[in-house]
This record gives sequence, structure tokens and C-alpha cells, in this order.
Amino acid sequence: MTLYLEVLEIAAGAVLVCAVVTLWRRDVRAIVTILAVQGVCLGIVAGDLAIHQRDLALGATALLVLAAKGLVVPLLLRRVLRKDPRSRETTPLVNIPASLVAAAALIVLSYVVSSKIIALDPSPATRLVPLGVATVLVGYFLLVTRQRTVSQIVGLLVVDNGIALVTFLVTSGVPLIVELGASLDVLLVVVVLQVLATSLGSRFGSFELDELTELHD
Amino acid sequence: MTATVSTVHVWSGIAISVVQVIALVLGAPLALGLMAKVRARVEGRVGAPIRQPLLDLRKLLTKERVHAEHASAALPIVPFVVAASVVVAVAISPLISTSPALSESADLLVVVSLLLAGSVALAIGGLDTGTAFGGMGASRAMTIGALAEPALLVAVVALAIQAGSTNLPAIVAGTLAHPAWAASPERLLALGALSIVVLAETGRLPVDNPSTHLELTMIHEAMVLEYAGPDLALVTVGQAMRLGLLVALIANLFFPWGVATSFSPAAIAIGLVALGLKVTVIVVVIALVEVRTAKLRLFRVPELLAGGFVLAVLAVVTGLVTR
Repeated sequence: MTLYLEVLEIAAGAVLVCAVVTLWRRDVRAIVTILAVQGVCLGIVAGDLAIHQRDLALGATALLVLAAKGLVVPLLLRRVLRKDPRSRETTPLVNIPASLVAAAALIVLSYVVSSKIIALDPSPATRLVPLGVATVLVGYFLLVTRQRTVSQIVGLLVVDNGIALVTFLVTSGVPLIVELGASLDVLLVVVVLQVLATSLGSRFGSFELDELTELHD
Repeated sequence: MTATVSTVHVWSGIAISVVQVIALVLGAPLALGLMAKVRARVEGRVGAPIRQPLLDLRKLLTKERVHAEHASAALPIVPFVVAASVVVAVAISPLISTSPALSESADLLVVVSLLLAGSVALAIGGLDTGTAFGGMGASRAMTIGALAEPALLVAVVALAIQAGSTNLPAIVAGTLAHPAWAASPERLLALGALSIVVLAETGRLPVDNPSTHLELTMIHEAMVLEYAGPDLALVTVGQAMRLGLLVALIANLFFPWGVATSFSPAAIAIGLVALGLKVTVIVVVIALVEVRTAKLRLFRVPELLAGGFVLAVLAVVTGLVTR
């Protein structure tokens, strides 16, 4: 019982820490590695809940999350990176100390906001919901302040991981088919990105989205 | 409790404090020597013997006191303030026992303020002679200090929430009584934040390079250029003890096993050995990390410290969430 809670707390905390570290690091390669770590932590959260509730479907979801978010998506992102040596350094719109302070504010905000949700059904798992909400907010922040394609897709994936964390904590996981659909969706997004990035790279020689200001036919 | 018993407690508390101060005066320079030795060995050099910093101190103590011509009355006082503030902080902190003298006033905030008094004195000393290097070092040290303090204080709040007290011996004793606290997420996050702050506060890589006198990068060394002889010895031993104290505090706050909870000589001896082992392990880890890290550009240091601040905020929120 206590081991279940300790693993749950540490893994859920690690998901949020990974989200903050993606804001902290400039090296996109490192950010992708951290995204993989975050996916693994999310898988551990799901697996821990599955073992605690002896839920086979949730266990299958955990394996799916581990495979998709911890392995496949980061590998695909790394393949995109290999084609674009320049996307190593991100050029954030908000500088890094300021965005870290903003992240701290977002974390406090999510703690304040989620207290109402927790009050509906206080349990050891739902008490961790602020960590998931904070991950979503930090992911959005990453999404809107970064300019590189890969950083933005990482932001989107962090948002997705945060939503998944909240889902696991509140409802102990959605039905397997829904999770399967969501994971495939994310996978599809990454594949589309890869195609987009490749064609961007071959036409403009750069992955800078801000350069896409004119329409071409 | 009778009056005689409490008198015994007072005297044994004082004895513990004296042992702690002696252990750190001798042990902290040895820790620096060990770090230099580990670095040298990893880099493929033989390196100076581990007791080299102690030999240097002995040499400095035999030299005469020299002060710059234009120094004011502040400069000669600074080394004493630096050393005395650290000695008081070492005496009251729970390093080998949870009950040194004045342990009820060994608040985390008190210890932090004592260390801050030392670093402010050092900065004043740096500014005193009006040299370019001294002023530059003082300005940089204060900038980094101002960025590190918030992270330190917020991380302290995270520890205090868990233990229900900001008293250092109470936090250490609480962790000894509840071993599960040591593995809780807020402890791990606070440990991350405090490690960053300690590296910044003691001027280690990647914030400052203690082994260089390159004018573009130095921070601490720039402030102590004007000292010579016994004054330099005091400043150096103060800085070494500051590192020793912060490392020992991290060791005891997060891995308190071995700290004496009784006044028996055996328990205190075990505490001393345990402290030595823990500090040795942490110091070797710091040295190994330093070999692999380059110094950060000065303008990137705020990023590192802001990261420490966010970790500390995370620790507090996680502590509130999981309570």
C-alpha cells in the first residue's frame, strides 16, 4: 500500500519535473531524451495504478504508453533532428530564467485551481492531480514560446502527457480503445511532423516556423 | 528533569560543538585537498597530497600581516567576520549530534543568515581597496547570492512543511524517526534545489572555478586578492568550512543515519565517523561532476539558479499535495 503510494508520488512528480526541464534545457536533443523519460514515468504511473487495482486493461494501457511515449515517439523525433543540425539550439521568445519563473507561477496556479477538483473525491491518487494540471500548463507554455518545429511538437506532447496523467489519476484510465486512439493520434502527429519537417528542410533549408510568412503556390 | 541533569546537557552540548568546530577546521581543508586529488587522478595527474591545503594554511599563518596602503579599517576585520560567522554556524548545526550547544536556536534561517553575513563581509572587503578586480568579484558574488537566496529559502520551506519546524536538529531528528521522509518526492526535489544552491554559494563549478585566476571568470578569487598571510589563511579556512558545513548539512538533512541522538561518547564517535564518510562520498561526487563540467558563462548562471528556484517551488507544491 505505502510502496504503491510512494511509487505513484515519485513517478507523478517526475512527470512534472521533466516538463520543467524541457523549459530549462536549450539543446533540443536533450529535450527529446527528457520527453522519453517523461513517457516512461507516465507508463510507471499507469502500471502502478494497474497493479494496485489489479486491472488488466489498465496494465495493457501502461505497456502501450511505455512503448509509444517512451520509445517510438522519441525515436521518430530523433530521426527528424538528425536531418536538421541547426535545430540544436532553441531560440525561445521568452528567455529561460523568465520562463522558469513563469513555470513556478503556473505550478502554484494549478495547485490553487485543482483544489476544487480534489474536493469532489479526495483519495491518495486524486490529490496528485495538480501535478498533471501543472504539466499541461507548462507544456502549453513551451508550445507558445518556442520557435523550432521540434520544440513545439515536444510542447504538444508534454501537454498530451499531462492530460494522460490527469486521466490516470482521476479515472484510473480511460477504456483501452480510447487510449489506443489517443496514442495513435499522437503518433500520427509526429509522423506528419516528420514529413512536414523534411519538406520544409528541403525547400527552405531551415525548420524556422516564423519564416513561413508568405503564401506560395 | 533535575537541575544537575540539564547542566550536564549544557556542558555536553558545548563539548559536541567544540568537537564539531575542530572537526571542520581540520576536515574541511582536507575535503578540499581530496577534491583536488580526485580531479588530478581523473585527469591523469598525480596531484598534490590530500593534506596540501592544511600545509598551505600553516605556511600562511607564519607570515606577517600586510595590508594595502589605501585599505580602510574594514579590510583587517573582514577575515575575522568571515571565519567567526562560519564557526558559529558550525557550532550550532546538527553535524555529529542532534543536540549541540544552542541547538534550539539552530534555525535554518539563522544558519543561512550567518553564512550570508560572512559573504557580505567578504564582498565589503573586496570593495574596500577600490581595485577593479575586488569590485568586480564583489558585484558578481552578490548577484549570484541574490539569485541563490530565494531558491534556498523556498527549499527550506519545503523541508519545514514536512517536519513542522524550521529547526535544523528537529528536521534531522524527524527524518531519523520517519525514514520514509527521506525518499518522499518533496525531499528529492528540495535536494536537487539545495545542491544547485550549494554549488553556487560555495563558488564551485559550474558557477565559479576555484582553481583559476583568469580575470574574466573569477568571482571568489577576485575578492580575496588583497589578503596575505594570516588574513588569507582565515578567509581560506572560512571558505573551506562553509563548503564543509553546507555539504555536511545536506548529508544530514537528507541522509541522517549515524547522527548521534544521545550524549554517550560512543554515539558521538559514530556520529563523527559517519559524518566523515558521508562528506567524503559527497565531495568525491562533486569532484567527479566538476571534472566533466565546463564553467557556465556568467550570463547563463541565472538560468541554473532559476532552475533551482523552480525545483524548490515544485518541492513545496509537491509537499502540500502529498501531505
